[in-house]
Amino acid sequence: MRKLLKQLGQYFIMMSKVFSMPEKKNIFFKKLSLELEKIGLDSLGIVTIISFFIGAVVSIQTAFNFESPLFPKYLIGYATRESLILEFCPTMLSLILAGKVGSNIASEIGSMRITEQIDALEIMGVNSASFLILPKLFAAVLFFPILIILGISIGIVGGWIGCQTAGITAADYIYGIKYEFNSFYVTYCLIKTTVFAFIIATVSSYFGYHTKGGALEVGKASTRAVVYSSIIILIFNFILTDLLLA
Amino acid sequence: MIEIKNINKSFGDNNVLKNISFKFEKGKTNLIIGESGSGKTTLLRILIGLHDIDNGEVLYDGRDFTRLNTKDKRKLRQEIGVLFQKGALYDYMSVEENIMFPLTMFTNQSYEEKLQRVNDCLERVNLKNNNHLSVSELSGGMVKRVSIARAIVMQPKYLLCDEPNSGLDPKTAIIIDNLIQEITLESNITTIVNTHDMNSVMEIGQSIAYINNGEICWSGSKEELIENNNKQLNDFVFASKLFKRLKRN
Repeated sequence: MRKLLKQLGQYFIMMSKVFSMPEKKNIFFKKLSLELEKIGLDSLGIVTIISFFIGAVVSIQTAFNFESPLFPKYLIGYATRESLILEFCPTMLSLILAGKVGSNIASEIGSMRITEQIDALEIMGVNSASFLILPKLFAAVLFFPILIILGISIGIVGGWIGCQTAGITAADYIYGIKYEFNSFYVTYCLIKTTVFAFIIATVSSYFGYHTKGGALEVGKASTRAVVYSSIIILIFNFILTDLLLA
Repeated sequence: MIEIKNINKSFGDNNVLKNISFKFEKGKTNLIIGESGSGKTTLLRILIGLHDIDNGEVLYDGRDFTRLNTKDKRKLRQEIGVLFQKGALYDYMSVEENIMFPLTMFTNQSYEEKLQRVNDCLERVNLKNNNHLSVSELSGGMVKRVSIARAIVMQPKYLLCDEPNSGLDPKTAIIIDNLIQEITLESNITTIVNTHDMNSVMEIGQSIAYINNGEICWSGSKEELIENNNKQLNDFVFASKLFKRLKRN
């Protein structure tokens, strides 16, 4: 408990340093564009593949479970859409991104810590926390919602392909996709994604920034970053769902 | 000049530095020597502000670093060049970008002005026309020389070096040592070198402080070091059989 409180204190101290005006705006924007590429664009491939197959499997499983004349066929499209928007894309993709992006952030900052690069920044008079973490945080918060919206779109296409194999017509599927659409669910999905992006970027940065020791510790920091980010995402998923939907 | 007064530093119950006072003189290469774990790295990290002290003063030409506010601390830090043991070069930047980085962060010079300064520094460390090499392409000696170039690019008043020739062959180590001494004399700056390499001591040791068990046990020049009668110091400096024989002769 004491260790947890200490870590929480260190996290908030680090965050107070992160949220300061960048010393040179042109350097900040240069770093931001690099991070957008590294954190955002480089995740497009994995998001596309996972979303497509999740969509396909969700539609096939729904079709399998709704194999009753009592259920209209369009419900498969409807259920696929709702599952993708409400849970699979924002939460599952965020958990996967916690693994991909979170471990990358923690190991990058952790390596910089053990090779004294962060000390070098501090000694020059640079606010290292802000210099290193703020562009990553902005990139994650700006790009993750785009990735999730893309994931939902690709998941719906994947669902349509899945329906073809399950014998559902495209017309039924598309009708279901449009049926009883509640735009607030998209807002809810984007709010969750933004919060998860913040958690992934800052929790991973925290573990990287506070790495001590050698290469082994960088690996441990990277693992901790993924584990803690995932757990915190699941906790906040519950809290946000309760606040926004209950 | 850098002066430390009555510095104490503990990590938990471990008292690493015990009431240390010393003056590091301007225009000289000041060496801190001592066994591993004696407290010399802690002292250097205190000097550059990476560790807080329990009590005492760290005076940079009269300015107490420990009592400055954040803004003044950052200003003072820009007057300090630091050479780290592992170089601490940013591996996602080229040689040129590494050296140019402090200029980009803290000056409003044009690219041409910055490039001119970078080229001057690279020439000074004998690495002319290596601007576009990446850090991974550099040898151990080149990493140290690029680090020196980065440390001097802002024309610092103080140069602090942590084991500058660790991991280098003796010939390259002497080149690095001499480079540090030449820069110190040319620019008339206060240089502190943390080392346990006896070649460095004999090559550039103008003012030497020997730390043992968290205390400065001896200080003097390299000439005085050879003639000294301090048993602890002699056990450390003349640890090898060869050195012991040289000392006897």
